[in-house]
Amino acid sequence: MSIGMLRGVVAYRGFILGSVKREFQAKYRNSLLGALWTVLNPLAMIVVYTVIFAQVMQAKLPGVTSSFGYSIYLCAGVLTWGLFAEMVGRGQNVFLDNANLLKKLSFPRLCLPIIMVLSAALNFAIIFLLFTLFLVLSGNFPGWAFLAVFPVLMLQVIFAMGLGMSLGVLNVFFRDVGQFFSIVLQFWFWFTPIVYPLNAVHEGIRSVISLNPMTPVVSAYQGILVSGLWPDWGSLVPTGVLGLLLCLLGMQLFRKRAGEMVDEL
Amino acid sequence: MGTIQVSSLGKAYKQYRTRWSRLAEWVLPFLGLRHSLKWVLKDISFRVEPGEAVGIIGINGAGKSTLLKLITGTAQPTTGSVQITGRLTALLELGMGFHPDFTGRQNAFMAGQLIGLSGAEITALMPQIEAFAEIGDYIDQPVRVYSSGMQMRLAFSLATAKRPDVLIVDEALSVGDAYFQHKSFERIRQFGQLGTTLLIVSHDRNAIQAICDRAILLDAGHMAREGRPEEVMDFYNALIAERENSTVTQTTLADGRVQTTSGTGEATVEAITLLNERGEPIETAAVGTRVTLRVQVRLHAPVDRLVLGYMIKDRLGQAMYGTNTHHMERPLEDLKAGELVTYHFTFPANFGPGSYSVTTALTSSDNHLLDNYQWRDLALMFTVANIDSRTFVGCNWLEPVIEIVR
Repeated sequence: MSIGMLRGVVAYRGFILGSVKREFQAKYRNSLLGALWTVLNPLAMIVVYTVIFAQVMQAKLPGVTSSFGYSIYLCAGVLTWGLFAEMVGRGQNVFLDNANLLKKLSFPRLCLPIIMVLSAALNFAIIFLLFTLFLVLSGNFPGWAFLAVFPVLMLQVIFAMGLGMSLGVLNVFFRDVGQFFSIVLQFWFWFTPIVYPLNAVHEGIRSVISLNPMTPVVSAYQGILVSGLWPDWGSLVPTGVLGLLLCLLGMQLFRKRAGEMVDEL
Repeated sequence: MGTIQVSSLGKAYKQYRTRWSRLAEWVLPFLGLRHSLKWVLKDISFRVEPGEAVGIIGINGAGKSTLLKLITGTAQPTTGSVQITGRLTALLELGMGFHPDFTGRQNAFMAGQLIGLSGAEITALMPQIEAFAEIGDYIDQPVRVYSSGMQMRLAFSLATAKRPDVLIVDEALSVGDAYFQHKSFERIRQFGQLGTTLLIVSHDRNAIQAICDRAILLDAGHMAREGRPEEVMDFYNALIAERENSTVTQTTLADGRVQTTSGTGEATVEAITLLNERGEPIETAAVGTRVTLRVQVRLHAPVDRLVLGYMIKDRLGQAMYGTNTHHMERPLEDLKAGELVTYHFTFPANFGPGSYSVTTALTSSDNHLLDNYQWRDLALMFTVANIDSRTFVGCNWLEPVIEIVR
């Protein structure tokens, strides 16, 4: 990232924060309950995963005695995957969706992906806070290991940002990329041990799933939140390296193609 | 102080034969390029000095918008460069970044930051923005309940809240209703007087001539003409009428003005004279006297229908009065080659003192776009002098009858 680009983004920080705020407010702008909806929606989701799975279906995780074991396992994966999917999914469309702005106004274009990342992070913060509250109230708070969630999240955000940014630029030139990646994300979800434990799948498939860069990330969350285990940092290194490489690729693509991009929108 | 320096600017879009060609070019760059370039702008160089106002004209597709995009930096040039000094504001599209569900005030904040104002600046400018937009209480209503004119008012007021060093305007002169159009035009003119460098794209002859010191005509991506607004506008009008077998010529007259003649030549104006009441040729008419414009037209080929139009313009090229024999219901039909037709137009010279020119047009209908036999700017020049009327100012003699009650 060049200094000039960075300076432009800093100069537009007011616009970036304003946009995040506006996007957040726009969702409930004309509703009666207002900001309550931003809590009710994720709350409903957590209730579904916890009450329904734990109490109604009595789903149990092998080796975990707590009645909420599977629920927590599920939330640890689903919520963080949600952040990942939102960032990649919106990242790949970030330039297309703002075509009009890009064509008509001259402003630091890097603002757009930053707005996208921040507003995805905000959505996640709300739902994750609710989930943490649930952990505390139900007596399942993992203790100090909980702190490990944040560096892992950081790593995941870097990975998602790099991927989203690269896809975002490519998608302008090859619209197939967006279509293709919506499909990829669906398969990716099921090829990540989110709904099922890794050791419940067949040997052969397990080795494939282990190659998935999201597997160590999701496993780390599950370990922390279900059993209070500190993550195996070594297993996260490949994903981190891949994330950084993708960020470099994304920035490189962006710098080289930003000018041409406007011609294609 | 704001300047715009455009140096051998060119813009080409890449064209690929198939969608796959681009992929091939990206993936296998060593196999060579697979696109051809479509040039929409080539070799554009000009400089706008501080405080100068330059108009850009050209038919649709001539490259005006692309040029503005390159100058404002939304698109990147293929060749050449643009250098701008000073703070730039571009009125390319108004109301960018407005969200319908938020109030005018909130939107002004967001859109203002988008064009590079800081939050504190907008807060300080807000009363002034509100006052100029004149949309009253609507400022605190969501923008979705605004009429499109109100949206434009707010957007224009916001965009021009702070006087920039360089202002670029793309046909945004027609903002809202007649009242606001006037107001916004006045603001742009004021900026110019205060030293803002202006670059304006417009089809409005009067706007260009009223504001600009210089005009540039773009034609098919090239700079076709650069010069005084009046002369470039004349050339532009002639160019619009250009047909396959018609030609446009511009000759410089003795006084330095440029005369534009175009047309296909089936009929031409052979002589044009201004006569006084006694039928004597004159060059100067007294305010309010009856004068006759005598135009002799020679037919060079058979013509089904002939309409002669004339327009009297002032020194700046602003139209004073124009009509033609179509509107006056006196068209001629079935004319033979070689015929000579003499027209007499008699009218009172109710003009203000000054110099005027007459443009003539020979066509078959009410405009010169269908058939343009001959179009001739500055076909005749005459002056109007105030010899025995009471003193007045302006370009029309509208002497009132005064009745005073006290």
